Amino acid sequence: MNHVAQRLLTFPLILWGVSLIVFFSIRLIPGDAITAMLGTEAGLLTPDQRASLARYFGIDQPVHVQYLNWLGGLLHGDLGVSVTFGKPVLDVILQHFPLTLELAILSMIIALVVGVPLGVLAATRNERLSDLVVRILAMLGQSTPNFVLGLLIVFVLSVYFGTVPAMGVFTPITEDLGTNLLQLIFPAITLGFAFAASVMRISRSAMLDVLGDDYVRTAHSKGVSYWGVIWKHALPNALIPVVTISGVEFGYLLGGAVIVEQIFALPGLGRLVLDAVTHRDYALVQGTVLFIAFNFLLVNLIIDLLYVALDPRIRLGNR
Amino acid sequence: MHWTKSKKILAGAALALALGGTAIGLPVQAAELRMAWSQDATGLDPHKQTAFSSIRLLELIYEPLVQLNADLEVVPAVASSWSFSDDGLTLTFNINPDAKFSDGSSVTSEDVKASFERLLNEDTGAAARSNFLSIASIDTPDPQTAVFHLSQPDAPILVAMATANASIVPAAEIAAGNIGTKTLGSGPFVLDDWQPNSKEVLSPNPYWAGGKTGVDGITISVLPDETAILASLRAGQTDFALINDPLVATLVPSEPNLQLNRAAGLAYNVLQLNPSRAPMDNLKVRQAMSCAVNRQEVLDTALLGEGRVTGPLTMPAFRSDPNTLFCYQQDVEKAKQLMAEAGYPDGFSATVIAATGEPPVASAEAQVLQSQLAAIGIKLDIKLMELNVYVDAWLNADFDMAVALNGGRPDPYPMYNRYFTKDGNLLKVSNYVDDTLDSLMQQGRVETDFEKRKAIFQEFERHLAEVSPWIWLSTSYSYTAQLKTVHGFEPSPLGSLVSLSHVTVDE
Repeated sequence: MNHVAQRLLTFPLILWGVSLIVFFSIRLIPGDAITAMLGTEAGLLTPDQRASLARYFGIDQPVHVQYLNWLGGLLHGDLGVSVTFGKPVLDVILQHFPLTLELAILSMIIALVVGVPLGVLAATRNERLSDLVVRILAMLGQSTPNFVLGLLIVFVLSVYFGTVPAMGVFTPITEDLGTNLLQLIFPAITLGFAFAASVMRISRSAMLDVLGDDYVRTAHSKGVSYWGVIWKHALPNALIPVVTISGVEFGYLLGGAVIVEQIFALPGLGRLVLDAVTHRDYALVQGTVLFIAFNFLLVNLIIDLLYVALDPRIRLGNR
Repeated sequence: MHWTKSKKILAGAALALALGGTAIGLPVQAAELRMAWSQDATGLDPHKQTAFSSIRLLELIYEPLVQLNADLEVVPAVASSWSFSDDGLTLTFNINPDAKFSDGSSVTSEDVKASFERLLNEDTGAAARSNFLSIASIDTPDPQTAVFHLSQPDAPILVAMATANASIVPAAEIAAGNIGTKTLGSGPFVLDDWQPNSKEVLSPNPYWAGGKTGVDGITISVLPDETAILASLRAGQTDFALINDPLVATLVPSEPNLQLNRAAGLAYNVLQLNPSRAPMDNLKVRQAMSCAVNRQEVLDTALLGEGRVTGPLTMPAFRSDPNTLFCYQQDVEKAKQLMAEAGYPDGFSATVIAATGEPPVASAEAQVLQSQLAAIGIKLDIKLMELNVYVDAWLNADFDMAVALNGGRPDPYPMYNRYFTKDGNLLKVSNYVDDTLDSLMQQGRVETDFEKRKAIFQEFERHLAEVSPWIWLSTSYSYTAQLKTVHGFEPSPLGSLVSLSHVTVDE
């Protein structure tokens, strides 16, 4: 537990670093909220008009003053107000997060349900036909860009089946489970395909390693059934690298899947950040990036704790 | 993977069954129009917003004094009639007594006065203000009459008023500081819900002076990928959509259940030169570039032939035959000769900026121009930029050349006054003005006789094409795509969606 506390203590420091980077880098890009709103028409503004709009968007003060004001708010749990939404940034994030979270969970389920058994199968049938098929699938999964797969799915569905998943507006799981799942299943497959491929490869190679270990041979010689050895003795140990890769991928997915959200018109965190950058909605960019960074840190901490649960030999911390 | 036929059928059936479930689950809402677009509105203040989608949304909610119909004629909106005094210094509007905001209150001359005062107030930050600077004062002798006193005759002001940017908003809402956060207009629809970059929900305004709308409501979904919009139309899950990309638009007619609406737009694709930089400061170099460009080829190659070659004036009432303009027939020999006379027989190198995806054909245009100008030794380095970065560079005239899609107006004065007059707000972008252009513009502004105005502006156009600060290329279409079950939409050269108010959808 001591270790968890230590890790949690480093969070504010890391997040502060993230806040600095995102705050200043977004302001380094040419263009601001005024040009984002008006485009070339911004050139018609008089200096007074421009000053008035800058005041409205909160970009009239020197950058360091803006930063201190924002940081002050942050310490009180106030992420500022999004100028695009006209709402507190935290409300906007929390409105978009459930979709991203659900999509990440679904993709991970697909990846694990498909990836682990296939990886195990390939390892047990090393260098045979089924192994080859799995390896080709894994290569295909890792090398197919998700925009290709996503567009292909939309195209096939609309041309051959005369339908597409409901787009534009997200139906939360609490509202209508069926619509919700139908809306998310294809984006989840799109994301899950590459994810499953990495899980497949990692579980195959981890399994191969473990299968060569002494204790597996011992288990076999003690007369434990073949699949009993695989599932009960070998798999738990082979899962450790799978947990690592899944955790990292899951952490990435919690940051939103920009391209897939774009293709399937899902209002998730990825598109939120992209639109916020396009509109130079600084407060929203900063808030969302911080939120994503926090999630990433949290997921990593959870993975570390999972290691301990999976392998009692691992001790966290230096003692 | 080898799939047998029966497996394919099975898989297909399972998928169809799974998907069919949603279709059954959804209630049938035939009288509701399901609309889609790829770029969402950016805000709700009708006086401030200038983005295409914002204007399209706001003109369904708010009404200006007057509107433009599909033939670009000024027609009544909040005002039922209007007249200029003989000296052109007074413009009187009679307000339609039936005009009401969606809360049932009447639109009065006080609302008109308050709206224009807000527009003219620099604190508002309305870019459209520059079109109304000739307004000296506004009188309201009675609730149905608004009298605009002008500081000088201003023939184009009526057309300038025919936009969502000059919407009439309730005086009380201005006083309460609600404009931009709450919508209350006199247009055909009421905005019930807006989730930025996701959706808009509109319902009919029961008090709309134009009567009952053809649909019970409009839901606009934001589908950022236009291929997905096409897929959604194809699947019958969207009734009506805006399309930007000509590549997607040209795919629509091959779908049996879909119809493509094209309207020749007023916006123009142009290669802007920067005459404040050498060698574009040299008239002969600019002219050589104009002669070296094959505009039809740019149109056919980069824009898939979607549009028409144009001179500076794009509006049907004023434009002339482009073939009568300077070097509109490609003449590479003449171009080389001009380059030699200018002292650049071997050409030069320059950078051209273009925005990614805005318009979708920008980079293709830049590439075709690059290859055409290479014929006279001009080596173009194409720099693609994110839209906002591009806008920033454009506004600061930080470019040698720029591929641009600039908005058009139904009247030449507001369209080019900003660029090519001595006090134009965007002279710092065009960096070009001469006495002829300036004086023709001023004459065109005050002249009220249409034929005389037309002659003045055609002379303006002829001269502008000859001095070639920019190389005008083509106009493009504005597209909407719809299911064939949608009836009554009238495409407008401005891209206006106002006619959605009387569109109907089959059961």
